[in-house]
Amino acid sequence: MKLSMILNGRKTEEEIAEGMTLYDFLRSQGCSSVKCGCETSNCGLCTVFLNEKPVLSCSVLAMRAQGCHVDTLEGLQEEAKEFGTFIANQGAEQCGFCNPGMIMNAIALFREIPDPTAEEIKEYLAGNLCRCSGYEGQLRGILNFLDWKKGGVRE
Amino acid sequence: MKIKQYVRPASLEEAYELNQKKSARILGGMLWMRLGRGMVQTAVDLSGLGLDQIVETQEEFSIGSMVTLRTLEQHEGLGRYTQGAMREAVHSIVGVQFRNLATVGGSIWGRFGFSDVLTLFLALDTWVELYQGGLVPLAKFAEMKKDNDILVRLIVKKRAQKTVYLSFRNTRTDFPVLTCAVCMENGPEAQGYAVIGARPGRALCFALGRELSDAAAESRRSTSSARGLQKDMPAERALSESVPIESAASEKLELAVRELVQKVPMGSNMRASAEYRSHLAEVLIRRGLKKLQEGELS
Ligand SMILES: Cc1cc2nc3c(=O)[nH]c(=O)nc-3n(C[C@H](O)[C@H](O)[C@H](O)COP(=O)(O)OP(=O)(O)OC[C@H]3O[C@@H](n4cnc5c(N)ncnc54)[C@H](O)[C@@H]3O)c2cc1C
Ligand code: FES
Ligand code: FES
Repeated sequence: MKLSMILNGRKTEEEIAEGMTLYDFLRSQGCSSVKCGCETSNCGLCTVFLNEKPVLSCSVLAMRAQGCHVDTLEGLQEEAKEFGTFIANQGAEQCGFCNPGMIMNAIALFREIPDPTAEEIKEYLAGNLCRCSGYEGQLRGILNFLDWKKGGVRE
Repeated sequence: MKIKQYVRPASLEEAYELNQKKSARILGGMLWMRLGRGMVQTAVDLSGLGLDQIVETQEEFSIGSMVTLRTLEQHEGLGRYTQGAMREAVHSIVGVQFRNLATVGGSIWGRFGFSDVLTLFLALDTWVELYQGGLVPLAKFAEMKKDNDILVRLIVKKRAQKTVYLSFRNTRTDFPVLTCAVCMENGPEAQGYAVIGARPGRALCFALGRELSDAAAESRRSTSSARGLQKDMPAERALSESVPIESAASEKLELAVRELVQKVPMGSNMRASAEYRSHLAEVLIRRGLKKLQEGELS
C-alpha cells in the first residue's frame, strides 16, 4: 500500500506493508533516533510528533499517518540540540537510553505550555520512563533550562 | 498481533459490513488491541468518518468514538460540566503520548475492569450509540456481550449534578487499584450515585439510598449550624456543642457508606486484596461525598 507523508519537512512516498507500525517505517527511513524500549505502550521512548502532537510511534500504524506531518528528533535539530546539550551539561541523566523520547516530549511540552510549573512538567513527562535517574535530575535540568531561556543565571 | 489488510472505509455502512467477518477488527487507538496475539485479517480504521469531534448543545454532549482521551481531558465544556472530574479520570492513564492515541470508543467498547473511563461515564447520564443496535444506556451496554457492531458515539445527557472522580494507584501511571466516581443531582430530593470500578471487575453503579443521601445532607446541615453557633459563642463551648452533632451525623454516614460497600463485589489480584479494596472504597466514597458537600471542586 502506498504511504505518503511529510517526514521532517520532506515529502516521503513509500510502498509499505499494511500492518507496519509508524516506528518500523521511521526506522526504515533512517530515523535512528526513534527507539523501541518496550512492547506495551508504556515507556515513551518511541515518541514522535504526528501532526505536531506527541504520540507513541510503536503503537500506531504507519498508514494512520497518511497525508500527515511526522517529525522525529532528526527534524528538530536546533531545538533538540539546544535542549539536549543543556540537559547533558546538567548531568541530568545517567545511561541516556530514555533521552530521545524525553527530549521529544519535553519539546512538545514547551510548545504547549511555554512556562510550565514543576507539577505540569512531572505530569506531562509521566509517560517517559527512566530506569536510572529517579526523575529528580531531569526535573532539575528542565527547570534550569527554562530559567536559562528566560535569561536567568543558572546553567 | 499482526495486521494483514488495512482499510479506511468511507462510510459507517461500509465499516459495519467489513466488520461482519470474524477476522476483521475495528481500530481505535490500537493500544489495547496490539497487546493481543494472532492475525487480524482486516483492520477497519474509522479515522476518516469525522468521529473525532465533541459537539456540545444545551441538552447534551455528543462524543465521537475516535475522540482521544487527551481531547476529553482538555475539553472545556466537559471540564466545566463535570467540575474537573473528566480530567481527573484520564490524566493518570500512562502519558500524554498514549492519551493522544487512545480513543473513547476503544475504551468503552473494551468494557475493561480497570477502566477509569468507564467509571466516570457511568456516573454521568451516558448513552452508547451503536451503528446497528441504536441508543443503549451505558450501564446496559457495560453488561452486554461483545459483538460485531460499531460504537459510533457516546451521548452524555446534561442533568444538574455535581461529580467527583477519585482513584487510587500504587504508582502514578499504573492501572488503578480502585476507581470511584460519586455524583449528586441538585435539588431537595436529590438522588446520588456511587460508581466503583477496578474491583478489579467492571465498574458498577449504585444509587445512594435515601438513608445515605439524608445522612450526607444532615452532615452538611449540622456542620453549617455548628459553624453558625461558633459565631456567637465562646470558642470552648462552641466546640463542645458542635462535636456531638457532627460526629453523630458522620457516624451515621460512615455506617451507611460501609453498608453500601458491603454490596460491592470485590476481588483480589496482584495490585490489592479484596479486603483492601473494600477499605479503599469506603474511604474514596466518603471523600467523594465530602468534596461534593463542601463544593471543593476544581
Ligand atoms: C499499557 C496500558 C495501560 C493502560 N492503563 C489504563 C488505565 O490506567 N486506566 C484506564 O482507564 N485505561 C487504561 N488503559 C486502557 C486504555 O486507556 C484504552 O482504553 C485502551 O487502550 C483501548 O482504547 P484504544 O483506543 O487503544 O482501543 P483499541 O485497542 O483500538 O480497541 C480495543 C477494542 O475495541 C474495539 N473497538 C475500538 N473502537 C471501536 C468502535 N468504535 N466500535 C467497535 N469496536 C471498537 C477494537 O476492535 C478492540 O477490540 C491502558 C491500556 C494500556 C495498553
Ligand atoms: S517503545 Fe515503549 S512506548 Fe513505544
Ligand atoms: S538515564 Fe538511563 S533510562 Fe533514563
